Amino acid sequence: MTTTTASAQPGERTVGKSSPGTVRGPRRRPGRIRRIGLPYLLLLPALLLELLVHLVPMVIGIVMSFKELTQFYIRDWTTAPWTGLDNFTMSVDFDAPVGEALLHSFLVTCAFTILSVGLCWLIGTAAAICMQDAFRGRGLLRAIFLVPYALPVYAAVITWAFMFQHDNGLVNHVLHDQLGLTDKPSFWLIGDNSFVALLVVSVWKGWPFAFLIVMAGLQNIPKELYEAAALDGAGVWQQIRRITLPSLRPVNQVLVLVLFLWTFNDFNTPFVLFGKAAPEAADLISIHIYQSSFVTWNFGAGSAMSVLLLLFLLLVTGVYLFVTSRATRTPRAPRKPQERKTADV
Amino acid sequence: MRSIRAAAVGAVTMSLALAATACGGGSSSGGGSNDSPKELTYWASNQGASVEVDKKVLQPELDKFEKETGIKVKLEVVPWSDLLNRILTATTSGQGPDVLNIGNTWSASLQATGALMPWDAKNFEKIGGKDRFVDSALGSTGVEGQDPAAVPLYSMAYALYYNKQMFADAGITKPPATWDDLVATGKKISKDGKWGLGAEGSNLSNNIHQVFVLAKQHGADFFTADGKPDFTSDGAVAAVKQYVDLMAEDKVVAPGNAEYAQNQSLSDFAKGKTAMVLWQTASATFKTMGMKDDEWGVAPAPVPSGAPGADRATNSMVAGINMAVFKNSDNIDGATEFVKFMTGDAEQKLLNKAYGSIPPVKAAQSDPAFNTQATAVLRETLATSAAALPQVPDESQFETAVGTAVKELFADAANGREVTTESVKEKLAKAQQQMPNK
Repeated sequence: MTTTTASAQPGERTVGKSSPGTVRGPRRRPGRIRRIGLPYLLLLPALLLELLVHLVPMVIGIVMSFKELTQFYIRDWTTAPWTGLDNFTMSVDFDAPVGEALLHSFLVTCAFTILSVGLCWLIGTAAAICMQDAFRGRGLLRAIFLVPYALPVYAAVITWAFMFQHDNGLVNHVLHDQLGLTDKPSFWLIGDNSFVALLVVSVWKGWPFAFLIVMAGLQNIPKELYEAAALDGAGVWQQIRRITLPSLRPVNQVLVLVLFLWTFNDFNTPFVLFGKAAPEAADLISIHIYQSSFVTWNFGAGSAMSVLLLLFLLLVTGVYLFVTSRATRTPRAPRKPQERKTADV
Repeated sequence: MRSIRAAAVGAVTMSLALAATACGGGSSSGGGSNDSPKELTYWASNQGASVEVDKKVLQPELDKFEKETGIKVKLEVVPWSDLLNRILTATTSGQGPDVLNIGNTWSASLQATGALMPWDAKNFEKIGGKDRFVDSALGSTGVEGQDPAAVPLYSMAYALYYNKQMFADAGITKPPATWDDLVATGKKISKDGKWGLGAEGSNLSNNIHQVFVLAKQHGADFFTADGKPDFTSDGAVAAVKQYVDLMAEDKVVAPGNAEYAQNQSLSDFAKGKTAMVLWQTASATFKTMGMKDDEWGVAPAPVPSGAPGADRATNSMVAGINMAVFKNSDNIDGATEFVKFMTGDAEQKLLNKAYGSIPPVKAAQSDPAFNTQATAVLRETLATSAAALPQVPDESQFETAVGTAVKELFADAANGREVTTESVKEKLAKAQQQMPNK
């Protein structure tokens, strides 16, 4: 890799510098323009699509958040009256019911995301490390581990919804009837336990991705490091702490960020599990915004909440990228603060 | 490292953009035309046991219509759970079907969007006049005092379905007529894994239908006369508490019903686990669940004991499906013609027979098919004791807000938490505060 880049760069530079002086100079000009223009030309379709699919709706969403957009105006949303910041002030007025409900759902989502991402990472990493050494049946196990990731979300989550049913569900059958762990069959899809149910499904669905990414990261760690460490008398745990985890740091940075964004925005899992009215304990923000927009037909308020969510995610992501990129840019910085930063996320 | 960071930034941008695109929309303008006189698209709501069943019922009729008029109707049967969202999407984009079915409780909400063709006297004249339809059905076609947004197509009402064998086993000779009777009957049956009454605690619409009727019986409504939400009146609170108490206090509804939303209470009924259900036109469903017609009986839904006044004898909401024409249709004459065909006497008899519903067209009701065990009670209820849900533009929000409150109260009851007048009032107050400000 390094050699190719190194040889290519000086090459280009020579051509650039020598071109005006050479005989073939004038004929190079259009070529140069073409060479400079071509990448942009090739990027154009993607840029246009990005504009159409993401940016335009995003701008429309932002405009909508400043309008009173109810059933009276959805036929032609441009005619909806402007409300200034009303939708935003209503969303963040935590003493009034709308803001209070939004805050509640935000806190539920934060707790859910931290737990889900943490567990996904932990299980995925543990599994990947266990699968590192070759053994009989490793390929099969790896394939089985990836099943939750490969299944269509709807089919998988609806199966969980069946298993969580109070009367005929497998979960109660095992916990109550077979193991006798509970006094009476519990409710998983309504009431406070719904948070646990949501977390279980989310982790079940999410950890194979962590496993996949960490496994790929592990392939890049030179075997020699472990051999040397073993010769120096380092045990398995020490090898994991001193070699595996530090080497995985760049991979983990991306993994945790992506898992965080996916989990924070997850709509499918709660929607399939609970329907359009999630129990209070599991009222994730995505469902909450959906309900504000599409079920109670207050598209303006829903858009305002979406914009607030966007700002929050931008902020978190910005801080995260800033902190982690600083950490990677100064690899010789004292170890302790670095470890704390990773652990915080 | 650089490439990883680039990938991270890329992934972040994508996810953020996705988060913010949740609310898109478009604009539309103009009314209908007759640019495409030979073709219509029709969104039918899923009425039968499955979408396929509906296609089988409707397609021959559409062929008949094509033969008569030369207009081809392209049919799409939309599952109930998707229908409202599909209509909303069509409304915002302006790209909808020409003719569509709507749940009649949504009439006023959809009327407010202005996407549906108003049925003024002239339009009604084209389909034979307003007088052809039953009054209660016309009562749920839009806000009072405005031209209806839709025309009634199928009518339904709630009734009490009971399992004859389970009643006989418990020594009960006749179905309960009042709520006190129902609770007493339910208590006799609710033991050894069997339960008196079924409920769908997590089904928001069903919750609304039940508490609306109970509120009427308590002399209350969920909206004031000028259309403002009024969820916390004593009558409304008492109604919601009475309904949830069937599980919490009276213990005639199984706690497991609190999480039902997919008609599980009907399958419990068909399996003989529950002796009674309050449902609208359930006969066809029982049949598909393997229950024979003589295994169940049907009686009017209960009313309060004593001699209730007129409103307090309300024992069903006016349930049903309306037919609407999309204002943007490019075959507005054909669409009206199609509505005329579907609401014609002959088609009304045929279609309502197929679905076990009652024709909202007076002339079609005389058919003996609507005087059987399954249908006589429903027809009678619609004619005498059913009331339309509040015809206000916020009806859809009301269903969600109050329906969710009832769902949460059922969850409390199921988990053994006390349901008190205060806790009911608190939930309803919260629901009311979530309603849009006027």
